[in-house]
Amino acid sequence: MSDSARAQWPLWEVFVRSSHGLAHKHVGSLHAADAAMALHNARDVYTRRSEGASLWIVRASDIVASDPADRDALFGAAEDKPYRHPTHYVVPDGVKNL
Amino acid sequence: MTDARDGALFAYVLRLGDNALVLAQRLGEWTAHGPIVEEDLALTNVALDLLGHARMWLAYAAQVEGAGRDADALAYFRDQRAYRNVLLVERPNGNYADTMARQFLFDVWHHAVLQQLGNARDPQIAAIANKAVREVAYHVRRSGDWVTRLGDGTELSHARMQAAIDAAWPFTGELFAADAIDDELLARGIGANLATVHATWRAHVERVLGDATLAVPADGYMQRGGKDGRHTEALSYLLAEMQSVARSVPAQRW
Repeated sequence: MSDSARAQWPLWEVFVRSSHGLAHKHVGSLHAADAAMALHNARDVYTRRSEGASLWIVRASDIVASDPADRDALFGAAEDKPYRHPTHYVVPDGVKNL
Repeated sequence: MTDARDGALFAYVLRLGDNALVLAQRLGEWTAHGPIVEEDLALTNVALDLLGHARMWLAYAAQVEGAGRDADALAYFRDQRAYRNVLLVERPNGNYADTMARQFLFDVWHHAVLQQLGNARDPQIAAIANKAVREVAYHVRRSGDWVTRLGDGTELSHARMQAAIDAAWPFTGELFAADAIDDELLARGIGANLATVHATWRAHVERVLGDATLAVPADGYMQRGGKDGRHTEALSYLLAEMQSVARSVPAQRW
């Protein structure tokens, strides 16, 4: 398929929740003509080795991302505030997913 | 072939195995040649599913035969005339519409047959069928999806999909033509009832072709012979490629 024809198929981001996982994790992306094909393709590309129990597919253009150039403005202020880390608490036994 | 302790059962299981093996090999030809990488992987997955089914069927066929052969011996050391697959699965890949037409027409039949075999009065056949049918349920969805997309797509894709369905159609009659082996296995509560399979197949195929804005071809002359070992020339090239390595170094272990 030529590059121009390929370019007509939008990019989708794929999130897989593994059988024992708690949250969907981003695993990669793929091209597909629509949502149904994206789901099929995600199954075939990213869950071939029984990685998943659930799939989320999001059109890449629908994701709002932060600009790397804004890194300092967005995240710099948090770097010198160690007291925001809850590291002084003792985690009770038996709590596995804090 | 007839030396097996249960000749009819051997022949029946061999047909199931050969259908899966030959179609797996055909689909394998698309590896690294798919229209896009996602589709390349997806079709390879289908091929691997079918290869897995072929291993199970041929291993059981070898056991039924009881002549000391194993699945590999059946796959690699039988000539074309000893293969019992239907002609549909040996047809060359053609363009992607041809491949998907062949796949769809076979998948719908395959699924209906396996559903019935899941209740077979032969525990080994029932077990293999119940394992395979889950994978084939996905194959049906995928190939039907492509038939619909291409049929209901552009003018060009519609024309190619219709031509592909028309070209494959004369090879569908053999899927439902019950012979003495089919009749015997059905009577023994093992084999599938091809008349009910045909009704299921027809309804499904008509629905998908309708969604795809494609015409259902008229039933004309139907090709047959594969189930008896009379094949098209296409199978000999496929087998030559599939078997040449095993035959050039027999008894080699990988």
